[in-house]
Amino acid sequence: MMSALMSAATPTTTWYLVLSAVLFGIGTVGVLVRRNPLVMFMCIELMLNAINLSFVAFAKRMGDIGGQTTVFFVMVVAAAEVVVGLGIIVSIMRKRPGATVDDISALKG
Amino acid sequence: MELFVFVVAAAMILAGAIGVVVRSHPVHAALSLILTLFGVAVMFVAQEAHFLAAVQVIVYAGAIVVLFLFVIMLLGVDRTEDIKTEPFKVQRPLAVIVGLGVIGLVTAAVVASRDVVSSRGSGLVTPDMADPDSNIRQLSRSVFGDYVVAFEVTSVLLVVAVVGTVLLTRRVKPVVKEPA
Repeated sequence: MMSALMSAATPTTTWYLVLSAVLFGIGTVGVLVRRNPLVMFMCIELMLNAINLSFVAFAKRMGDIGGQTTVFFVMVVAAAEVVVGLGIIVSIMRKRPGATVDDISALKG
Repeated sequence: MELFVFVVAAAMILAGAIGVVVRSHPVHAALSLILTLFGVAVMFVAQEAHFLAAVQVIVYAGAIVVLFLFVIMLLGVDRTEDIKTEPFKVQRPLAVIVGLGVIGLVTAAVVASRDVVSSRGSGLVTPDMADPDSNIRQLSRSVFGDYVVAFEVTSVLLVVAVVGTVLLTRRVKPVVKEPA
């Protein structure tokens, strides 16, 4: 009975895509709710990971390695983005310690 | 077995993601992010993306989260943020509504179109004991073959990012006039 249930409920691509949607939604809520720029940045990483997960699921489903190649490039761009973003945050925080995103609404330094 | 792996990894991912959003201490949020990233790496293995799972652990958990922790410690913002007070009363309910809306809409679209997507590529090669590095070989054929121009542009992007960050975080020295 239990093993029959286990074999019947094999995770399909849809499961992975739904999980990816939930992860993306949690990341969205985090970006909208949090005030600390570092934590908002982590939530953006959550959203990028959700997209990577769906790309990999589609690569498996469609039998196309191109999805995994895209994930590779997304990871590289995410690393570059983190470097630049953290650089900006460091240079802002040096001028105004303890700033939240509400305090840095102006674009001039 | 597949179901068991999926359930455990999904629990890791969701617990970590919720931890990132609700933990008030930035260091705790970063550690929750690691949990999510490892869960995603497990999912990559389950979806036959073995190389990407290794890259996920090395680049994300090994480099990006360490960079986050480094910046948190450098700036000295490793104290508990007051997340009880909210300047705009309506923002949190609205954010939750937006998040649930995103989840609901994407889930509905995925479930409604679950039979539309069909196999069209040449197929993923599943690594086995006789040929353990077939996934890496297939991926590298794609990266260095079809997408080699994008790969080269990526190297330019990395150089620009590094130089730009050094410029951004440079301390401007005050100009000292030499006594004449």
